[in-house]
Amino acid sequence: MPEEPLLSVTHLTKHFAPVAFGRGPVVRAVEDVSFEVPRGKVVGLVGESGSGKTTIGRMAAQLIEPTSGSVRFDGVETTRLSARQLRQLHARVQYIFQDPFASLSPRMTIGEILTEGLEIQRVGTRAERAEKAVKALAAVDLPADAFSRYAHEFSGGQRQRIGIARALVLEPELIVADEPVSALDVSIQAQIINLLRDLQLRLGLTMLFIAHDLAVVEYVADTVIVLYLGRIMEIAPSRALYSSPRHPYTRALLSAVPSPDPARRGKRQILTGDIPSPADPPSGCVFRTRCPFALDACAGPVPALREVAPGHAKACIRDDLD
Amino acid sequence: MAGLPVIEIKGLTTTFRIGGREVAAVRDLDLTIAAGETLALVGESGSGKSVTSLSIVGLLPKGIGRIASGRLMLRRKSGETVELQALDNETLRCIRGNDIGMVFQEPLTSLNPVYTIGEQIAEPIRIHLGKSRREAIADAVRLLVDVGIPDPQRRVRQYPHELSGGMRQRATIAMALACNPALLIADEPTTALDVTIQAQILDLLAKLQAERGMAMLFVTHNLGVVAEIADRVAVMYAGSIVEAGNVPSVFSHPRHPYTKGLMRSVPQLGEATALKEAGAPLQTIAGSVPSLIDLPPGCAFAPRCPYAIDACTTAFPDLVDTGKGHASRCIRWQEI
Repeated sequence: MPEEPLLSVTHLTKHFAPVAFGRGPVVRAVEDVSFEVPRGKVVGLVGESGSGKTTIGRMAAQLIEPTSGSVRFDGVETTRLSARQLRQLHARVQYIFQDPFASLSPRMTIGEILTEGLEIQRVGTRAERAEKAVKALAAVDLPADAFSRYAHEFSGGQRQRIGIARALVLEPELIVADEPVSALDVSIQAQIINLLRDLQLRLGLTMLFIAHDLAVVEYVADTVIVLYLGRIMEIAPSRALYSSPRHPYTRALLSAVPSPDPARRGKRQILTGDIPSPADPPSGCVFRTRCPFALDACAGPVPALREVAPGHAKACIRDDLD
Repeated sequence: MAGLPVIEIKGLTTTFRIGGREVAAVRDLDLTIAAGETLALVGESGSGKSVTSLSIVGLLPKGIGRIASGRLMLRRKSGETVELQALDNETLRCIRGNDIGMVFQEPLTSLNPVYTIGEQIAEPIRIHLGKSRREAIADAVRLLVDVGIPDPQRRVRQYPHELSGGMRQRATIAMALACNPALLIADEPTTALDVTIQAQILDLLAKLQAERGMAMLFVTHNLGVVAEIADRVAVMYAGSIVEAGNVPSVFSHPRHPYTKGLMRSVPQLGEATALKEAGAPLQTIAGSVPSLIDLPPGCAFAPRCPYAIDACTTAFPDLVDTGKGHASRCIRWQEI
C-alpha cells in the first residue's frame, strides 16, 4: 500500500462573505480543489492574482477555515479540531510569509521572535529554547549574535532568513512558503531559494510552495498545480508541466514570461482581456473568456480534471489541441 | 532606425542628504536616448535607477535630493534644446506631462481617486495644449482607444477604482501620451501587474513607441522585461552604470561580473528542471548590495565580485568601451 500523503485536501472551497455591510457579492476564492502533498516532496502552487493560491496555503496551514471540503494532515481531519488540538497541529505546520518587513515584529528581538512559538508549545526550558533558536539561526547562515538584535538591523534577505528560521525552530513536518522570495532583490532571491531547497532536502521537509514566478517553482517543486480563479487548471510533475503543458492557460502563462534571451523576443502568445473578478467568475470553464480555443461547450458544465498522462491532469474539454 | 538624441545626460551626480551627510545616489552618469529608441535602466533596490528618472523630471524630494552636477539636455517637441537642471519649476512644469510623459509602477497611486479617468487624461491636454474641456475629453476617448481600452465612451466617465489593475495602467499610459511627448519615462510600469497582463502592457508600449517615434527610458529590475522591450540597456549598481550596450550584445556577452552574476542568478524557465535534477544550486551573487552611506573603496562591486583583485579596491574604475558601443566599468572586462 502506498504511503499516506502528509497533506491531502479534497473538494476544498472557500467563499469570503461580502464586505460593505453584508451587501455585495460573495468572493469565490477557492472552488473544489483537491490535491495531495506526499511526504518529503514539494508541491508548487502557481497562479496570478485572485487564483486562490494564498487562500489554499492558509487553509492548508489551518490559519483560516474552509467553507467546505476537507484538509487531512497526517491522516487526521483538521477542519474540526478544538483550539488545543489546533495548537498542537501548528507545531507541525509552519508558514513562511512573503514580506520580510511586515512579518517580523519591530519590537521583539530576533531571539524573542524565534522562541515565541516554542514557548507557546511549552517546549523545553528557557535555556533549551534559546539553544534551539541559535541552532535555527545557524541553519539559515545567520550569526548567533543575531539573537539579541532587532529586525530593522537586517537587510531584506537576512530578514527572510529569520522568517525561515522561525518556521524551522519548531521542527515542523510541513512548511507552507507563500511567495518567500518575491519581495527580494534578484541577486538575493537565488540565495534564499538555494537555502530553502537545501533545508528541504537535508531535513526531509514537505513543502507547499506558493509563487507567481514560474521559473522559481520549476526549480523548487516536484509537482506543480496551476490555478486560475480559484480552480485547478492543470496539475503535473514539474518536468512534464514545463516541457509539455496541456492546458491552454498553462501554455499562455508560460509564454507570457519575458525571456532574457533577446532572440526569443516577440514570440509570445498574448492573452487578451483581464482576469475576471472572483466575485463574478464565468460559468463553465473559468478561463473560457480569455481562452483562444474556447467553444460554446466550454460555458456548459465545469470541466473535470482529467488525467492525460500518469500524474498529469488538466481541466479542459479540448483534446484536439495536443 | 533611431533618430536625433532626445535626451542627453552628461556627468549626472544626484545627492541625497542622509543624517546630515551628502550621499551620492547617482554618480557621474552619462546616457543618451534617440527618438524611436528604448533604453532600459536595470538594477536592484538602491542602484539609482529611479533617482535617475526623477532627476530628469525634476521630481527629487525637496530639500533632500538635488542634482549636484551634470547636464541634462532635452530636445523639446518644438526642436528647442533645454538644460533641465538649469530650469526653474515653472518651466519644468511646462515640460512634465508635455514634452516628457511619465508612467509609474503603481497605477492606483498615480491616478487621483476623486476624478474620472477622462478628466485626468484631459487635464494635461487642457493645460499644455490649451484645448477646451470638450476637445480634451474627445482626445481622451481617442487615447483610450489607442491604449486598447474597450468601450472608451463609458470608461472615460469612470473612476480609477472601477477599472482593473491592467486597465488602470493603460489609463496612466494614455495620460502620459496625452500631449504626444518626445520622451516617455516608464518606471517599473509592469512590476505590479500579473504576468499575462504584463505581456499585454509591454506589447502596448512597444507598439505605441514605434507608432509615435518617442524616445523611451524604461526602468526595471527584470532582465526578461529588458530583453523584451529595449534596444539598449544600462546596468546600474550602487549609483553607477557598470555596463551599457545593445541588448543582444550585453545579454550574449556580458562584460561586467555584476551583469553576468545577475543573469546567472535568475533561473530560466524550462532550464530549472535540469539544474534541479542535477542537484545543482542556483548561481548566486554572494553578500548584499552595499549601503550608499558606506560604499566600499574603488569598485563598489569588488567585495562581492569573484574576479576582484587588489587593483579593484584602489581606484574607481572608468566605463571603458569594449567595442561596438558596449561599455564596461570593470578593469578585467577582457577576461569575462
